[in-house]
Amino acid sequence: MTTDQLPDQQGLTTGPDPAVTVRDLQISTTNGTPVVDGVSFEIAPGEVLGVVGESGSGKTTVGLSLLGHARRGLEITGGTILLGQEDIRAMDDAELRRLRGSLVSYVPQDPASSLNPALRIGTQLREVLEAHGSTDDERNAARIAEMMREVALDDDPAYLKRYPHQLSGGQQQRVGLAMAFANRPRLIVLDEPTTGLDVTTQATVLATVRELAQAHGVAALYVTHDLAVVAAVATRVAVMYAGRIVELGPADQLFEASGHPYTRRLVGAIPRLTGGRSLIGIPGHAPSPAKRPHGCAFAPRCRLRIDECEVALPEPVQISPDHSARCIKALEVVKVEQSGLGDPVDLPPSDTEAPVLSIENLVARYGEIEVLHSINMTLEHRECLAIVGESGSGKTTTARSIAGLHHDWSGSIRLGETELAQTARSRSTDVRRQIQYIFQNPYGSLNPRKTVGESIGQPLRVFGLASRREADKRAGEMLEQVSLSASYARRYPDQLSGGERQRVAIARALISSPSVLICDEVTSALDVSVQAAIVELLGTLQRELGLSMVFVTHNLPLVRSIAQKVAVLADGHIVEYGETSGILARPQQEYTRHLISDTPSLETATSEVQATAQPTDRPTEREPTG
Amino acid sequence: MSQTELPTENAAALVEGVDVPTPAGRGSNLIRRSLRLGRTRVGLVLVGILVLIALFGPYLAPHAPDAFVGRPFSSPGGGAALGTDYLGQDVLSRFLHGGLDILILAIVSTAIGLVVGLAIGLIAAYSRNWLDEVLMRTMDVIMAFPQIMLALVAVTLVGPKNWVTITAIALTTAPRVARVARGAAQPVVERDFIGATEAMGMSKARIITGELLPNILGPMMVEASLRLTYSIAVIAALAFVGLANDPNAANWGTMISENQGALATQPWGALLPILAIALLTMGTGLIGDGIARTAAGIDRERGDE
Repeated sequence: MTTDQLPDQQGLTTGPDPAVTVRDLQISTTNGTPVVDGVSFEIAPGEVLGVVGESGSGKTTVGLSLLGHARRGLEITGGTILLGQEDIRAMDDAELRRLRGSLVSYVPQDPASSLNPALRIGTQLREVLEAHGSTDDERNAARIAEMMREVALDDDPAYLKRYPHQLSGGQQQRVGLAMAFANRPRLIVLDEPTTGLDVTTQATVLATVRELAQAHGVAALYVTHDLAVVAAVATRVAVMYAGRIVELGPADQLFEASGHPYTRRLVGAIPRLTGGRSLIGIPGHAPSPAKRPHGCAFAPRCRLRIDECEVALPEPVQISPDHSARCIKALEVVKVEQSGLGDPVDLPPSDTEAPVLSIENLVARYGEIEVLHSINMTLEHRECLAIVGESGSGKTTTARSIAGLHHDWSGSIRLGETELAQTARSRSTDVRRQIQYIFQNPYGSLNPRKTVGESIGQPLRVFGLASRREADKRAGEMLEQVSLSASYARRYPDQLSGGERQRVAIARALISSPSVLICDEVTSALDVSVQAAIVELLGTLQRELGLSMVFVTHNLPLVRSIAQKVAVLADGHIVEYGETSGILARPQQEYTRHLISDTPSLETATSEVQATAQPTDRPTEREPTG
Repeated sequence: MSQTELPTENAAALVEGVDVPTPAGRGSNLIRRSLRLGRTRVGLVLVGILVLIALFGPYLAPHAPDAFVGRPFSSPGGGAALGTDYLGQDVLSRFLHGGLDILILAIVSTAIGLVVGLAIGLIAAYSRNWLDEVLMRTMDVIMAFPQIMLALVAVTLVGPKNWVTITAIALTTAPRVARVARGAAQPVVERDFIGATEAMGMSKARIITGELLPNILGPMMVEASLRLTYSIAVIAALAFVGLANDPNAANWGTMISENQGALATQPWGALLPILAIALLTMGTGLIGDGIARTAAGIDRERGDE
């Protein structure tokens, strides 16, 4: 396939002089397996192009290639990358060094690790300027102050004397943005810069990116797995799947009238603030680079698949002048009503007779610092209670106290009639069996040295409920129950994907037939489509097994799809507590309203992007300092 | 540091690989993978040869180690293939007899030191409280004495008995092992699967041995071979200064000191044991290095796995 045959040549053009032109980019492993193939796009000055895709789709690889960089083991093997008229692929190392940080800059995912912890932020900002030849101290100082104001940070010298650890995550990321924009680059590549930030912080960072790109005519490539974020920041979106762009078009068109079934499924997997709908995950997973099929890579997972899909790679089909999709049925798909949305969830009424879990005056501390101030909540039988809040609000501490993993707490937590001891170890075996905990990060919660079967069967063995053989047998059954094959029992965690690991963690939590399941941000480390599948699974299991569940999350729309009751936590206080639908529809507290309005979602995004034509007033600063 | 800093993942660069099974360092697997490295193989061959010499040498020796076969320091030839030593004993026979003691002492003392050090390091890492402080500060105090010094003092005070040597070397090996074990275990302790077993109420001993230990085997294997290298050197040094269990027995360390005077005229008496000790320590060192490199993924090529 060559570029000249692409029918979307004109369609991709966004203006007379694109800042970046990528044509038929191919990136392969050093032993020849293409990881990214046939990727073409352009970005106009001042435009933000969002690149979305699941883990492994090659989105970060594409982002890095714009800096002339390929990660170890990968090389750029074909295509052209033009920055204005300059060909990045033709540059030698010295030219690339000059390019990076001046013409193209990069904002990495983790702000904490991209700043030097030993240097004051002022020094680091000056380094960026000096590295590209600006040595006049006075001019640099003025420039730094200007940069700081641009990203809405304090520009006074005392602030610049701070070290990175004295800043919050959002502030660190904004220092990163200031550095990226310092030399007025023509292109800036942002690699999931808001992952790990709170929604409010994320909202301000997103607004900053949009404004700076527009104000200075900088082209931006925004790489993320979060469709809602992309909708909030990007004007055009490229959806990547298995190393190719499967759909490219203006954000609003792409989300409202997707031309590719994959985009459709992705959109359907996003939790919505309005109306609790069941989320629908995408069954199966993306093929690895070496195992990609000849035809459409999505075909094996596609409901609309016809035989023709597997014959040859579909060429991009033009849906409108600037909207194309690599699907032979694109023109039909685009006409279909967005059917990815699930049915409204019918959450079973909770039994309010006897609370399963009652928490009274829970006060938790870390050393001298009180992080929870007199929390009261109850969990009814067969109910799902969501605990929502930003990081540092105390939501995880609440969950860990209930499970006996956080030890320094006082007050009362009762399981039925039983008063719970502070630590899990000092509780009775039966109490430990009844309360099960699922951790946030499935990559850390399974012992890498134990097979999946051993991990799942472990609770039965520790609680003395089963012999080794019985535990193995039950583990196999549990695997089936969480929709994995029983043959997974012999695998090790590093042979599983994130979603599969989280299913294993769920199986381990449920094998001992608990009555209360505590889920601590169980989907935050997962892709949207996987998150949807996990939430779907949890909901089903909860109904089938009659479980009561505490669901800790920072994702408000997600709450809508799973919980009957919600408690909003802020700084260790419950600011709002009650029926989910009531609170999300009519939040009584300023804090909840902020939380809702700052949550990126497809509904709010479209209007916001349009509003950026004029400078927006930025949401209020809500981060802690120091 | 600036935005130009590019991420260089140490993981195999498969782009956020989804369904790619990447075998990570499970214990036996790690050794197998490390054998792909030239240095590990060379180390293994060196150690293998010297262990074979130490084990079967006594059966191959042409003479008894204490038999006089010629004039002192006579050159190779006649009844002595590699000449005679300072008393007129056969150098080759003494060399073939002289490795076993060093090897056994080194392995036993290192093993004891490893087990004790591992236990202390793991308990310290897992407890995360005052016990951690007490244990590790005690280790620091012991570490303040150089290994050879402590061994020398112990042997001179109590006498050159094997058990004294073993105890002294085990005692000085343990703190070094403990430090590494604690360092390796600390990040593992923070991981959620430890929390999961705590929530189940699993006993501390089982968590430490069943959950924690298997996850630090990689670095501990490196440490084991490194410690063995040091132990061999210290034991040979003790013998060199005349503090072996039996000062008249054939022993590589003793041989070096006995025959060093004639290095210019009849070098074999000193050179042979020097070479043996050097190659043995190099061999164990190379093996350790190979395992370490494999664990860290330094020489990993893409598509290797």
